[in-house]
Amino acid sequence: MRYHPHTPDEIRDMLAAAGATSLDDLFRSIPDALKLKRPLDVAPALDEISLFAELRRIAARNATEHPPFVGAGAYPHHVPPVVDQLLLRGEFFTAYTPYQPEVAQGTLQALFEWQTFVCLLTGMDVANASMYDGASSTAEAALMATRATGRSKVVVSAAVHPEYRRVLRTYLAAMRDEVVVVPYGADGRTDLTALEREVDGRTAAVIIGYPNFFGVVDALPEAARIAKKAGALSIAVTSEAVALGLLKGPGELGADVATGTFQSFGNGLQYGGPAPGFFAARESILRQMPGRLCGATRDKHGRRGFVLTLSTREQHIRREKATSNICTNAGLCALASTIHLALLGRNGLAHLARLNHARGRELRAAMERAGFGLRFSGPTFNEMAFEVGDAEAVVSRLAQRGIAAGAPLARWYPDDPRMKGALLCVATELHTPELIELFARSVRG
Amino acid sequence: MANPTGWKPSMEKAAAAPAEAPEVGAGGATRGLAYEEPLLFERGSAGERMGVSLPPVQAGADLASDLPSELLRGPIAELPALFELEVVRHFTRLSAWNYGIDTGFYPLGSCTMKYNPKSSEALARLPGFANAHPLLPEELAQGSLELMWKLERALSEISGFAATTLTPAAGAQGELCGVMMIRAYHLSRGNARRKVLIPDTAHGTNPATSALNGYEVVQLASGPDGRLHPEAVRAAMDEDVAAIMITNPNTLGIFESHIAEIAEIVHAKGGLVYGDGANLNALLGVARPGDMGFDVMQFNLHKTFATPHGGGGPGSGPVAVTEALAPFLPLPVVAREGERFRLVQSERERPQSIGKLREFHGNFGMFVRAYALIREYGPEGLRATGQLAVLNANYVRAKLKDVYHLPFETDSLHEVVFTDKALKPSGVTTMDVAKRLIDHGFHPPTVYFPLVVPGALMIEPTETESKETIDRFVTAMRDVADQVKTDPEGVKAAPEKPVRARLDETRAARKPVLRWRPGMKVD
Repeated sequence: MRYHPHTPDEIRDMLAAAGATSLDDLFRSIPDALKLKRPLDVAPALDEISLFAELRRIAARNATEHPPFVGAGAYPHHVPPVVDQLLLRGEFFTAYTPYQPEVAQGTLQALFEWQTFVCLLTGMDVANASMYDGASSTAEAALMATRATGRSKVVVSAAVHPEYRRVLRTYLAAMRDEVVVVPYGADGRTDLTALEREVDGRTAAVIIGYPNFFGVVDALPEAARIAKKAGALSIAVTSEAVALGLLKGPGELGADVATGTFQSFGNGLQYGGPAPGFFAARESILRQMPGRLCGATRDKHGRRGFVLTLSTREQHIRREKATSNICTNAGLCALASTIHLALLGRNGLAHLARLNHARGRELRAAMERAGFGLRFSGPTFNEMAFEVGDAEAVVSRLAQRGIAAGAPLARWYPDDPRMKGALLCVATELHTPELIELFARSVRG
Repeated sequence: MANPTGWKPSMEKAAAAPAEAPEVGAGGATRGLAYEEPLLFERGSAGERMGVSLPPVQAGADLASDLPSELLRGPIAELPALFELEVVRHFTRLSAWNYGIDTGFYPLGSCTMKYNPKSSEALARLPGFANAHPLLPEELAQGSLELMWKLERALSEISGFAATTLTPAAGAQGELCGVMMIRAYHLSRGNARRKVLIPDTAHGTNPATSALNGYEVVQLASGPDGRLHPEAVRAAMDEDVAAIMITNPNTLGIFESHIAEIAEIVHAKGGLVYGDGANLNALLGVARPGDMGFDVMQFNLHKTFATPHGGGGPGSGPVAVTEALAPFLPLPVVAREGERFRLVQSERERPQSIGKLREFHGNFGMFVRAYALIREYGPEGLRATGQLAVLNANYVRAKLKDVYHLPFETDSLHEVVFTDKALKPSGVTTMDVAKRLIDHGFHPPTVYFPLVVPGALMIEPTETESKETIDRFVTAMRDVADQVKTDPEGVKAAPEKPVRARLDETRAARKPVLRWRPGMKVD
């Protein structure tokens, strides 16, 4: 076993030093009745060559030859090889949470850079060192809002990602908080009249997607104003963060908290995880924030360095009074995003965002040529819902050709008859104009 | 460019100093060639530079004409503009400021810092896994589903439970999931109950998780042998207690040998027993929490199953449960129908499910790595893992207990906790020892945890470390103890070899600087 270095002689010597007669003897503190008396019933050991053959066999049962035309919270983007090669440096890859800052300045400075990138893109004052994912980050933001306002009602747009809303419900149910969902209109944006009606003096937070689940750029400034008037926090959720290279940051539009994922930067699809959730907010809410924060300081010689800070909010100090129970987050994924954003920089990010927007427009044009109009009239970035007749049938038909066609919205909105034929599709820099044209024609059949 | 890091060039001084070979620690550490490196944002941001190669945007009319102009932004001025090599050097230099398992011994107690196999990285990057979209039609994602189903079965067998969910993103979310299921179970019987019992040795996540579920935490004192005793549980147990949360072996590395009786006491009053599986490594193939009276337990794949810690995640925290709790598992659940696998996503099919905990299906990339490790080990390898992890910890204990104070004589399993009591007369503390170990070339153990042990030094070697490595670590620990006697000030001044000496944490918290801004100052 290549990962177990012990020779029989060493085991004998070490047992003797430890005053044990055998390896089994080391476990004498476990009552015999509680011990397992048989080998574990797991598959027999494999050598590396057989292991690769077996996992290759399994991986080959996934069809990933073509870039998917489905986004819906996980976006196919090009990840430059630089990202992975730097990420795989063992000093980053095999380090733990930076509890000993003198030997973790690499991780810490990178986290400080991540926090800065998140702030610059979202237009917020402060950001934490990452969350598990966009959905739990949003749920934690809602919990934070209930703590900060002392209120227990959370108002969320039906156009926020349905999985995020499900997670929100799970987290808030545990605290007996109330979730109220407001509908969307024919433009795919949140119904502001309904929102205004629901937001009241009991409301802790208003949650809006930006862009929302339908790919539509929602009415964030208006929603933020409604929240502010009622003394509630406004939370903007972004799953396709490339949009923030073209659209103003939520903080510039009045939002108090920005959550979501930076999966689009440097993190592949990986069947949905891991990817870095982000959490950014106005400075006034800093001490209510969940998760780790990296801050700058100096060492005893006056040199600048970085440490984890404000940890009196956290579980290992505050235990049951902590702002969250989060411990391990998604540090390595945040590093991947940081490297990708460093490569993109000011010019690359703007370029990538314009390119994605342009590809979205090409998709729209190709689908229109193929006879499929938009389901919603609101403005979109790179993702949009089309009216395709029987969306499930289209997905099944294209699956036979190994193409992931899109997300049939009726799966998440079964009670809305408008959604029956709606297929949510995305186009990014990976979808060439030729591929887009081919796709649109395949949808037609 | 101004020098933002506070570094002062001193080539002349260095050249004038007498030639003297640098000190070498027991771990072989000496000073390397390390660079000062500014923040990305402090680097030149010359004009048009970028570090990516992308297709052009088709020329044409105003591309953003279909977006509301009041929402559009131009390029973000504060972002850097760098070329590829600049970025590569930046992160390569930062990496050199870090210490990882690949650098050296990392005996961080309760974190199970074992070697992270390189094979697993290659396997997780197979295009079929890496490029799979989470909403792929099921017929195009049979590989992902097969792997999840097989990992779920393997984890259930290893832990002795009926079923496992892979969904939770990390150990703490696994705990959250477990306590939510406990609450749902009690609610289904009419009453959520009010309290959760937690021993004083527990991880901070246990009480934080209980509070997130609205439970009141009742702390139980451990006995003089470092164990939780049935009497303490019996005295606190009533029909208002939803559950007890126990880590076994506990954070002292001691097996809670009364676990079966404790479980009986809790079950008799209708409560459930939650197992914090952070320390499962000690038991692999030797004993199973599901056979001890636990009802639910979370795994930490990034500990026991060697997925990388990555400087703070991603983790993965699957949760195993008994038959009675299985209906409450979060969604999705992978179902097998012959050779086909499918995701059960709907609450209609699983009406008692606590719902979803995160988007999509969990940290799949970590599942591939954990499954690969389990397949490479097989039953014998898994058992040897538990055995050798415990052997290494007991060897460390035997080699150090004459110089460091051992607060509990009780048998250790996978980790051992010492204290700084014997060093006290010199004024040297656990933190000083930790920092001095860095100069010897080792990552320090976990310090000041568990909280019940003042000045705790918690050492978990893991099974992937050789006797030679541990011998060198023991030498370093003993060298530090010797130095405490002869030169306590030298120990308190450590570390001197890393790129930074001790950092001022009070300053960081008093005037938080949490991001770069133009003209950033750290005063």
